[in-house]
Amino acid sequence: MDKEIYKETVAKRAPKSPLFIDCLKAFLFGGAICFLSQWLFFLYVFLGAEEKSAGTLVTVTLIFLAALLTGLGLFDRIARHAGAGTLVPVTGFANSVVSPAIDTKSEGLVIGVGSKIFTIAGPVILFAILSGAIYGVIYYIVTLFS
Amino acid sequence: MADMWLTSLFAFLVGGLFCVIAQILIDLTALTPARILVMYVVLGVLLGALGLYEPLYDFAGCGASVPLVGFGGNIAKGIREAIDRDGAIGILTGGFTAASAGCASALIFGYLSSLIFSGKPKKL
Repeated sequence: MDKEIYKETVAKRAPKSPLFIDCLKAFLFGGAICFLSQWLFFLYVFLGAEEKSAGTLVTVTLIFLAALLTGLGLFDRIARHAGAGTLVPVTGFANSVVSPAIDTKSEGLVIGVGSKIFTIAGPVILFAILSGAIYGVIYYIVTLFS
Repeated sequence: MADMWLTSLFAFLVGGLFCVIAQILIDLTALTPARILVMYVVLGVLLGALGLYEPLYDFAGCGASVPLVGFGGNIAKGIREAIDRDGAIGILTGGFTAASAGCASALIFGYLSSLIFSGKPKKL
């Protein structure tokens, strides 16, 4: 076999970089979750929910499903493949709440579950509310002068 | 119907893209998933503050609202609406009002899960 052809064949057959595969999986899983959520949204609107409530219901449904899958031990198995594909949607937020809650059960309901449930979600909420308040102060000052 | 397919296609593309960016950050930098979540939610507040979140939501629907960016975008929107309605106190009330359903359901379902399921020993 010609050297060039050999090189080409190897390049074709070699496994693609983990980064590429990781990104592809994240794209497909994350995209699919958003795609299905969109149809769930349409379904809730079709069933008579207002658009704002339908959006909230979609979020709550996703959180419920993520909590259930986390409890059954399936979430981690999916997330191992999906990577950021299940982390970035609100399913990742739900998993970050449910997972420590289950893991710290043996430490007690107050000291264990109660105090560890926001181990990861706590920082998320802190910085969301903090940055939101900074925006609020700026927005309020702007409204005073306009 | 065609509109619905188009919106869900854009939801797929935009939602997928948010995940790809996070995946690249995880693979190429030392950022942990928890930091990514914090970054995304703050990015959402920033997009909301700049008035970019709502056009993105109109375009991509759940592709904007389901990623954690949407959580931040919603908080920015909630704070703006609360200030318009109630004045300065809205700076403090608007954020949690917008985030309430997500936080409450995560807490409740998390607590119930911990009652029903028991954890497996963590593999380190």
